[in-house]
Amino acid sequence: MAAEPWQRYEVPGPVKAAVIKKPEMVSILLKKAKKPIFIVGHEAAEIDLEGKKPIDQIIRIARAADIPVVTTAHAMAEFLKRGFKPAASMTSMDIGNRLTDPTWSVSGEDEPHDLALILGMTYYVGFVIEAGLKSFAFDHLKTVSLDRYYQPHCNWSFPNLSIEEWSGYLTIIAQEMENK
Amino acid sequence: MKKARFKVDELESDIFKITGLEATVGAFYEEWEEAPGPTPMPDISTFRDWDRILLNKYKPFYLPLCDLCCLCTMGKCDLSKGKKGACGLDMAAQQSRIVLLSCAIGAATHAGHGRHMVEELVSKFGSDYPLDVGGLSVLVEAPHTRLVTGIKPRTLGDLEDVLDYVEKEITHLLSCCHTGQEGDNIDFESKAFHAGMIDHVGMEICDLAQISALNFPKADPEASMVDVGMGSIDITKPVILVIGHNVPPAAAIFDYMEDGGLEDSIELAGICCTALDLTRYTNKAKIAGPLSHQLRFVRSGIADVIVVDEQCIRADILDEAKKVKAPLISTHYKNFQGLPNRTEDPTDEIVSDMVEGRSPGVVILDSDKAGEVAVRVAMGVFPKRKKSGIIPEESEIIEYATKCTKCLSCQRVCPNYLPLPEAMEAAAKGNLQPLSDLYESCIGCGRCEGEGVCPNELKLHSIIIGASRSKIKEERFKVRVGRGAISDTEIRRVGGPIVMGEIPGVIGIVGCSNYPGSWKDNAIMIEEFLKRRFIVTTTGCAAMNIGMYKNEDGLSLYEAYSGAFDAGGLVNCGSCVSNPHISGAAIKIASIFAKRKLNSNYEEIADYIHNRVGAVGISWGAMSQKASSIASGFWRLGIPVIVGPHGSKYRRALLGRKDKEENWYVIDARTGKRVYTGPAPEHLFISVETKEEAMTLIPKLCIRPNDTTKGRSIKLNHYIDLHKRFYGAMPDDIQLFVRTMADIPITMKDEILEILKEKGWKESEVPAPDPTLLPRLVRKKGDGNGS
Ligand code: SF4
Ligand code: SF4
Ligand code: SF4
Repeated sequence: MAAEPWQRYEVPGPVKAAVIKKPEMVSILLKKAKKPIFIVGHEAAEIDLEGKKPIDQIIRIARAADIPVVTTAHAMAEFLKRGFKPAASMTSMDIGNRLTDPTWSVSGEDEPHDLALILGMTYYVGFVIEAGLKSFAFDHLKTVSLDRYYQPHCNWSFPNLSIEEWSGYLTIIAQEMENK
Repeated sequence: MKKARFKVDELESDIFKITGLEATVGAFYEEWEEAPGPTPMPDISTFRDWDRILLNKYKPFYLPLCDLCCLCTMGKCDLSKGKKGACGLDMAAQQSRIVLLSCAIGAATHAGHGRHMVEELVSKFGSDYPLDVGGLSVLVEAPHTRLVTGIKPRTLGDLEDVLDYVEKEITHLLSCCHTGQEGDNIDFESKAFHAGMIDHVGMEICDLAQISALNFPKADPEASMVDVGMGSIDITKPVILVIGHNVPPAAAIFDYMEDGGLEDSIELAGICCTALDLTRYTNKAKIAGPLSHQLRFVRSGIADVIVVDEQCIRADILDEAKKVKAPLISTHYKNFQGLPNRTEDPTDEIVSDMVEGRSPGVVILDSDKAGEVAVRVAMGVFPKRKKSGIIPEESEIIEYATKCTKCLSCQRVCPNYLPLPEAMEAAAKGNLQPLSDLYESCIGCGRCEGEGVCPNELKLHSIIIGASRSKIKEERFKVRVGRGAISDTEIRRVGGPIVMGEIPGVIGIVGCSNYPGSWKDNAIMIEEFLKRRFIVTTTGCAAMNIGMYKNEDGLSLYEAYSGAFDAGGLVNCGSCVSNPHISGAAIKIASIFAKRKLNSNYEEIADYIHNRVGAVGISWGAMSQKASSIASGFWRLGIPVIVGPHGSKYRRALLGRKDKEENWYVIDARTGKRVYTGPAPEHLFISVETKEEAMTLIPKLCIRPNDTTKGRSIKLNHYIDLHKRFYGAMPDDIQLFVRTMADIPITMKDEILEILKEKGWKESEVPAPDPTLLPRLVRKKGDGNGS
C-alpha cells in the first residue's frame, strides 16, 4: 500500500514507498540490519513535537541501537548542544552521494551500510536524494523515511502524519530500541 | 579596417582544424597581435578530455525528479533501479541528458536574445558601430569571445560573426538530446559543459552590444544609484511596467518620454533584467522587483500599461493584465501571447483601441513604435483605470479567512510549503501578521491559487499581498546600477592577492528569485562576506534582492560598500547577460595578471583558474534553464557553484570525495611530479539547504592549491570561524587543508594542532607546487605523465 506525497506535485513514478503502518516495523528493520545509519537534517531541530524536538527522539534511538548519525545542513550544532556527537556532518548531497558507493561506511572501517533511516531534510531535497538512492544504491541499501510526511522514493516511509501521531511513532521506536 | 570574409574550412594547420564555417576570422587574427592558441572555434569534441579530468574529480550524483522518461512515444519508460528505456538509455544518461537539455535551452535563450538585439542595434546604429565597454581601462573587452573563438570583435557587425559560431554549436548540442544519440552520461555532461562555455560567449555578445550602443555605464565602480521596490513607485503618475530581458523597447519608451519632456510625468518601472538594463540606460527608471514580484505588482493595479519582451514573463500575463484592466504590449515574437500583430497599423489607431478598451493587448515588433504607443496609452488610460487592482482590503481578507477549512491543500502545493492555513486561521481572528510574515518568503508563483486547489477558491497570493500593504509601502531601497565589465586596472590590482589567497575569495551571487526562505537571506549571506573583505559580484534578480535589505545603519549594502572590484567591494555587473563579466574577471586574472595566452587557449586558462583563482558562484534562488547554462559555464572553467535547495531539482550535483585521497593530486608543472593538494575546491556543483550551510561552504570552496601560506591561513580562518559559529564545533577536515605549519591561522593554533595530532597529520613535502591538471603544461620534459 502506498500513500500520497506531502507536496502534491512530487510524484515519483510507478514504484512508491511501502507505508509503515506500525512504528514497530522500524524496530524490526533496525534489528535485522547489519550496518544501519541515521541521516538527520536541520528540520529535526526546528519542528516542535509537543514540547520536544524530533532530534531528542533520534538521539534516544541512535544511542539505544548504537547507530551512527550523519547530520546534514547545520543540524550538528543542535546535537552537540544535547551532548551527542554525530559520526559526521556533511551536506545532504554529500551523504546521498556516498551512500551510492557500495564500499563506503561513515567510520571508513566498517562494512558498508545496508539501511539508512532519514529524517529532517527539506522535503523536496529529501525527495530527490532518496530518488538518487533508489536508482543508484538499490542493490546494497534500503531506505526508510521517518519524516512526518510520506516520502515516496524510499523503500519504506511513514504516511502523512499529524504531529501527535508522529511524536507517538518516534517515541515507540525509541522505547522499542531501548528495551531490545 | 579591412575585413576579408572567407571560409574557415580553408584554415587548417598542425595545431588546429576548422571546417565548414564562414566567417571573417582571418581578418581578426591579422589585427590581434597574439597568435591563435590551440583551440579556436572549439566543437563538442575539443574539450572532452578536459571535461573528463574535471568530471573524474567531481563525479555526478543524479537526483531524478521522477523515475520515468517521457521524451519519445516508445515511452514512458521506467528507468529506476537499473532499468533501461525502450531506446536503451539508463537513468544516469537520462538525467544528464536533461541537464544538457536545460543548458542548451539556456544557451539558446541568451544567444537568441543576443541575435535579436544585435540585429536591432545594427539596423539602428550600423554594423560598423564600435564596441566600447570601458575605453582604455578595458582593453580586454571580450574575454570569453577571444578565449573561445579567437575572434577579437571591434564592431557591432563583428558580433554577428561570433553568433554564427554560437548558434551552430547550440544546434549540435540540442540535437544530441534526441532519442538514439548519446548514451553515456559523462559525455552528456561534457556536452552540457560545452553549452555552458558557449552560453558565456552568447551572453557576452549581448552585453557588449548593449553597453556599447546604448551607452550603459562602462566598468564604472561609481555607477549611479536607483530606486528598487514597489514602494518607490509614485502611484500618482501614470506607470509603465516593463517585464523581461530585452531592453531596446524599454529604452525606446524612455526616449519617447524624454523627447516629449514627459520623463518626470510618467513612472517607468521594470521587473527582471529589463529593469536592471533599463536603469543602466537611465537612472530615472525604477526597479519594481525581481521575478517573484511580477504577480503582486500587476495585481496591485499600479501599472497602467504592461510591456513585455522576452524571458521570465508569466505565461498568463495577459489574463493577469486583463484582471486589472491594464493594456498589454508584447514587443517580441518569442512572446506573442495570442495577440494581434499590429506592427504595421497606424499608431493613432492602436492607441485609440487600447485606451478605449477595444483591445486588451497588441503585438508591436518595432521598439520605437512600441515606445510611443506605451507612453500614449499610459497617459490615456491613467485617468480611467484609477489604479484599479485586485488586492483585497483588510476587512475582505478577514472575511475570506473565515471560509478557510484548513484543508492544507494550498500549503501542499506551495513550493516552499508556507504555512498558509495557520496564517488564515489567525487572520480569521483579525490577526493579519502571520500572513504578512509570509510576504518575503512567497516566491509569487500563484500555485496556491491554482484551479481546484482551494475548495473555497480563496486567492491566497493576493491575500498575502493584501495583508502586507504597509510593508509594501515601505519597500523603498537603493541599488547601484550594473556597471558592466571589471576593468583591466582592477584586475591588475587584485590579481596577485586573489591568486595568492590573500583576498580570501571572489563570490558571484547571481540568478533568479526562487528562494527557499526570505529574499533577505541573499543580503544577509553577502553582508557577512563583505565584512570579511571578500570581493562580491552580482547580477540579475539576486542583485536586486541584495538591495532590498537594510543593514543595521539603515543602508542598503550598495550604499554601505564600495562598487569597486576589490576586497570588501559589492560589484553589481548588471543583468543575467552580464554574468560573463564575473567569469570574465577570472579569465582576465589568468590573461592580464598571469599573462597566460588568451587567444583560443581555453584549457590552459581553465586549468589556471581552477587551481588558482579562489572564486565561487552562488545562485540561492536558481530557477531557470538559463541559470543552469550560466552555472555550466563556470563549471567548465573549474569554478564551483552552490545553489539553494530548489537547485537540487536540476537533477544532479558534481561532487568531490574528500575521503578519496587519489582524487586530489595535481601535477607540479615545474617537476612533472604528482603532488597531493587536498580537496581544493571540494565540489564543483552542489545544492545546499540552509544559508548557514552555504555560508560555511563558501570560504571552503574558495580554497585553491595555489594559495600561499598566508592566503591559506586567511581562508581557513574564515571557514573554521563560520563552521564554529553555525555547527558549534571545529570542522572535521582541517587536516586536509593544512599543508605546512605556516598554513595554520595563528589565533587557532592550539586547537588546530591538537586536531592535526589526533588525525596523524604530516607536513606536505611539496606544499607549494605549480599546480596543473594538464600534462602538456609540464615544463620539465620527459616526466610529463605526472609519475
Ligand atoms: S527517449 Fe528512451 S527512455 Fe525516453 S521515453 Fe523514449 S524510449 Fe523511453
Ligand atoms: S504564491 Fe506564494 S504562497 Fe502561493 S504557492 Fe507560490 S510561494 Fe506559496
Ligand atoms: S486551500 Fe483554502 S480552505 Fe484549504 S487551507 Fe488553504 S485557504 Fe484554507
